[in-house]
Amino acid sequence: MAAITMRLPVARKAVGPSTARGGEKHLVAPGDTITTDTGYMRGHGTYVEEEKLIASVAGAVERVNKLVCVKALKTRYNGEVGDIVVGRITEVQQKRWKVETNSRLDSVLLLSSMNLPGGELRRRSAEDELAMRDYLQEGDLISAEVQSVFSDGAVSLHTRSLKYGKLGQGVLVQVSPSLVKRQKTHFHDLPCGASVILGNNGFIWIYPTPEHKDEEAGGFTTNLEPVPLSDREVISRLRNCVVALVTQQLMLFDTSILYCYEASLPHQIKDILKPEVMEEIVLETRQRLLDLEG
Amino acid sequence: EDLRVDGRGCEDYRCAEVETDVVSNTSGSARVKLGHTDILVGIKAEMGTPKLEKPDEGYLEFFVDCSANATPEFEGRGGEELGTELANTLYRVFSSESSVDLKSLCINPREHCWVLYVDVLLLECGGNLLDAISIAVKAALFNTRIPKVRVLEDEEGSKEIELSDDPYDCIRLNVDDVPCIVTLSKIGYRHVVDATLQEEACSLASLLISVTSKGALTSMKKVGRGSLDPESIFEMMETGKRVGKSLHIALQKILDEEESLGTSRQKVGFLG
Repeated sequence: MAAITMRLPVARKAVGPSTARGGEKHLVAPGDTITTDTGYMRGHGTYVEEEKLIASVAGAVERVNKLVCVKALKTRYNGEVGDIVVGRITEVQQKRWKVETNSRLDSVLLLSSMNLPGGELRRRSAEDELAMRDYLQEGDLISAEVQSVFSDGAVSLHTRSLKYGKLGQGVLVQVSPSLVKRQKTHFHDLPCGASVILGNNGFIWIYPTPEHKDEEAGGFTTNLEPVPLSDREVISRLRNCVVALVTQQLMLFDTSILYCYEASLPHQIKDILKPEVMEEIVLETRQRLLDLEG
Repeated sequence: EDLRVDGRGCEDYRCAEVETDVVSNTSGSARVKLGHTDILVGIKAEMGTPKLEKPDEGYLEFFVDCSANATPEFEGRGGEELGTELANTLYRVFSSESSVDLKSLCINPREHCWVLYVDVLLLECGGNLLDAISIAVKAALFNTRIPKVRVLEDEEGSKEIELSDDPYDCIRLNVDDVPCIVTLSKIGYRHVVDATLQEEACSLASLLISVTSKGALTSMKKVGRGSLDPESIFEMMETGKRVGKSLHIALQKILDEEESLGTSRQKVGFLG
């Protein structure tokens, strides 16, 4: 029986700032004056006009000694060395692949930075170049690490470890890069039965936990077996929880996703996306996180 | 197994928000938010001459505008093609004689009639445009208030049209037979209702059917590059009829609820 819910719109309540941890944040909008003091150096996101330092993006002001910069809340991904990213192959070129990672320029994955199947270490030959399409095609999803950043801001990726490589069956959620918290590891196996990769570029990959860890082989063979219903329910619930956290602008890390999952268990999966249920779950998550901190 | 990526079943709609009377200088308007899809419909009733082949009926004119706010692809003239395609689909859906009582829109046969200009504005594209558009059009037609006019005969025989002074003296349209569009997208071996953008990208063929509240089909259209098996078309039609009926019931309930709140209703509008 089809379930169709229609409702009259309700005016959104302004969410008060969560209890301040360590001082107020100085939030600015484009055009706001940050300071009229001329002793400061201007960093990213600011410009000088008539001896005033003005913000050019919407975000929080960060001050390091004499450097003032504005860190934007919603931007494209800016690559930093060592970040884990999840990307989609858009082009196969001569000795490299172009990967889309929600940044200003397409990222690059060089053939020499890619792990060959079986983990072999050898010089890439002409045959490898011709066989590039066998490894990764247009439309494939990969997890990789940022090796270096070019001068124009383009990011160079590498998959030189058995934990990176082509991703198999799962669900992709695209969020703003500023909502993913920087942590030691971005690959998490959640106790609820699914695994998640929190890409620094805002691409979150949720997939069923593989049973045999050692059968990775560089991750080129995709497992196309149908995923059991119970796993799919867990993944759908996690996906809805991530969307709920993002809508309420909460930082994404393994603990917050897990608490949100536990808070959502009494509700049906499809109800999580209703505005009032979303608010309730995220409020509970926020409360638990605050209790955890102090 | 009846589970989609966001936890819905194959026949479940996303949560919809409907509000009417959002644009004050129209005869009727409605705004529908279906997930990430946002549609605004405004209806203006103007006097015009009836069409030659139907001298004692008024008519509806549809225009769909794809706002550049919806997606970057609609910048400049990018949205025109999609807009004309949607408008043509709407003409086809409403081409059936019983959908709207066009005879009530007639003032003077062969001379004057009401023309309802239905303008649809796409504010955000989040998949499943036509369903949302048809819900919004039905809600806007329910909300439309056409002023009552009287025709006065002069001694010389020339006719004058007099508009009543009372702004609340108007005729409302009967929307019981207005159809709603249900889009069924084929993904793999199953078909789903209310596809999101990602689901639309995965489906090769869809069936658009317009259903009235009594379950009668008024039109059917197949879209997409892929092919559909005749058996799956029958299944999709049955699903569409079932879903269409519940859609009408839910929509009528919400419209009646809104109506019962009367003039004291707090309008949320666009800044809510």
